[in-house]
Amino acid sequence: MARYLLGRLAWLVPTLLGIAFVTSSVLYLVPGDPAQILLGEMATPAQIQALRVQLHLNEGLWGRYVLYLGDTLHGDLGRSYVSQKPVTVAIAGALPETAELALTAWVLAAAGGSLLGVAAAARPGTWRGAVVTLASVTGFSVPVFWLGILLIYLFASVWHVLPTGGVGGIRHLLLPAVTLAVPSAGIIARFVADGMAGALGADFVRTAAAKGLPPWAIVWKHAFRNAIIPAVTVMGLQLGELLSGVVLVETVFAWPGLGRLLFNAIGQRDLLLIQGIVLLLAVTFVLVNLLVDVAYGMIDPRIRLA
Amino acid sequence: MKGDWTRRIALGILVFVVGAAIAAPWIAPHGPVAQNLVAALKAPGPGHWLGTDQYGRDEWARILYGARLTLEIAVAAVALGLAIGGAIGFWAGMAGGWVDAVWMRLMDIVLAFPYLLIAIAVVTALGPGAFHAAFAIGAYLVPSAARVARSAALSLKDRDFVEAAHALGAGRWRVFARHLLPNSLSTLWTFAGVSLGRAVIFDAALSFLGLGAQPPQPSWGDMINSGRDYLLASPVLTLAPGIAILLTVAAFNFASERRAGLS
Repeated sequence: MARYLLGRLAWLVPTLLGIAFVTSSVLYLVPGDPAQILLGEMATPAQIQALRVQLHLNEGLWGRYVLYLGDTLHGDLGRSYVSQKPVTVAIAGALPETAELALTAWVLAAAGGSLLGVAAAARPGTWRGAVVTLASVTGFSVPVFWLGILLIYLFASVWHVLPTGGVGGIRHLLLPAVTLAVPSAGIIARFVADGMAGALGADFVRTAAAKGLPPWAIVWKHAFRNAIIPAVTVMGLQLGELLSGVVLVETVFAWPGLGRLLFNAIGQRDLLLIQGIVLLLAVTFVLVNLLVDVAYGMIDPRIRLA
Repeated sequence: MKGDWTRRIALGILVFVVGAAIAAPWIAPHGPVAQNLVAALKAPGPGHWLGTDQYGRDEWARILYGARLTLEIAVAAVALGLAIGGAIGFWAGMAGGWVDAVWMRLMDIVLAFPYLLIAIAVVTALGPGAFHAAFAIGAYLVPSAARVARSAALSLKDRDFVEAAHALGAGRWRVFARHLLPNSLSTLWTFAGVSLGRAVIFDAALSFLGLGAQPPQPSWGDMINSGRDYLLASPVLTLAPGIAILLTVAAFNFASERRAGLS
């Protein structure tokens, strides 16, 4: 376990450096002068030059990367040129909203996906299994932004039971969280169903049945606990998908989180804000996957005891 | 049995979508960008069976041409991802050792980016458009293609016929071209099918955000984005392109389904 953990931690450093390299080179690849873009047509050459120095634009790719890394480690991600606020302040304002939405959706996806997967595997070859298969494939084939618009149309415009968007309690959270959860639930269901199909055919299940355990106890106490192990990895990876989906869902539901901030920043070519949010989301994704791997190691005795 | 008919339906849908994409100029009743403001926001009916959008453009014609644009982008992206990722994966798998380790670690770094963020980074840097969207989606597919190709190479390279080829003096290129590649095709084909579905949905997401193909090009994601302003007046403008995306992506997923799994 210790070796496994050390290996995962050692790998974290080059990954984070790589992520910082990719985000720092965005500014490098922008056609034209980023300082000119940020300051607009009215800027004087002196202002442009000052910003070029501040953004390390006079350096080469590597020099800029090193300086960017230094700034980032000091918590300086630059300023949004639209709001003139530091990027870190803008991000800190939006982060709690995104965390609330993404975590709720994640829990919904894990629970819904597990239930669907177990339902499909517990009744193989029946119409119920087929319906669940269809539901799960449809789930991860549906464009989330379209699903969101559809749900707004039905629940807000036609039936008037839920608000169209914005924040304020569970009624506002419900539609965006469900929307965001659907594709991940579909994928998790498939992995749980695969695991369940394998576990239900295993010897320990036959033994449990021979002991006379009721079917629900076999399914949940024996098969599910074994089937969930590989699915845990997928659930972790799904948080990455959720972080992508968040940009779309927050835009559709006018949810004031990082995704919408990013979307608006793209529209305004607010380069430093884009850079900061992309960096934060990518780093979050890596850290979550590290935690998932650690959790996986603790659940799976083959790794825990090694 | 069940797998057979879901697969058949999926293939049927794909044939239809590809056929529509190819034949769009001949079967579309109107041009996809021909405006007619007098006939704007018409409900579905004779002449325009899916109605018209806010510029009086025929929705069905735009769906058909949209299939064309989407498939072009998806095929280009998957071809790019498979070519680069496949080359890296086979190279890493055949070479082994530190070459393998370095490439796979690099791929892990790319995989550390949620897909939309790669696309946003690329499009922020290069500017929006269909070509850059295809490039961004292709870049996203590279690491998964590399992993698939690598594991195919690893599973084959110790097989007797590959070792025999080496023993007979075949060079690396010959072993790759005559043995590894042909025997990996079915795996790569499955990967391509799933990836085409993903590419279609990513392309729709990018154009929904305004990062993909630019108006007035008929792109499904952009049609949903502009349709939602007229949701109450004409829901079909939002429904139709969404259903087109859903059917196409689900068809790719079902068609490339491996036998293991839920069925």
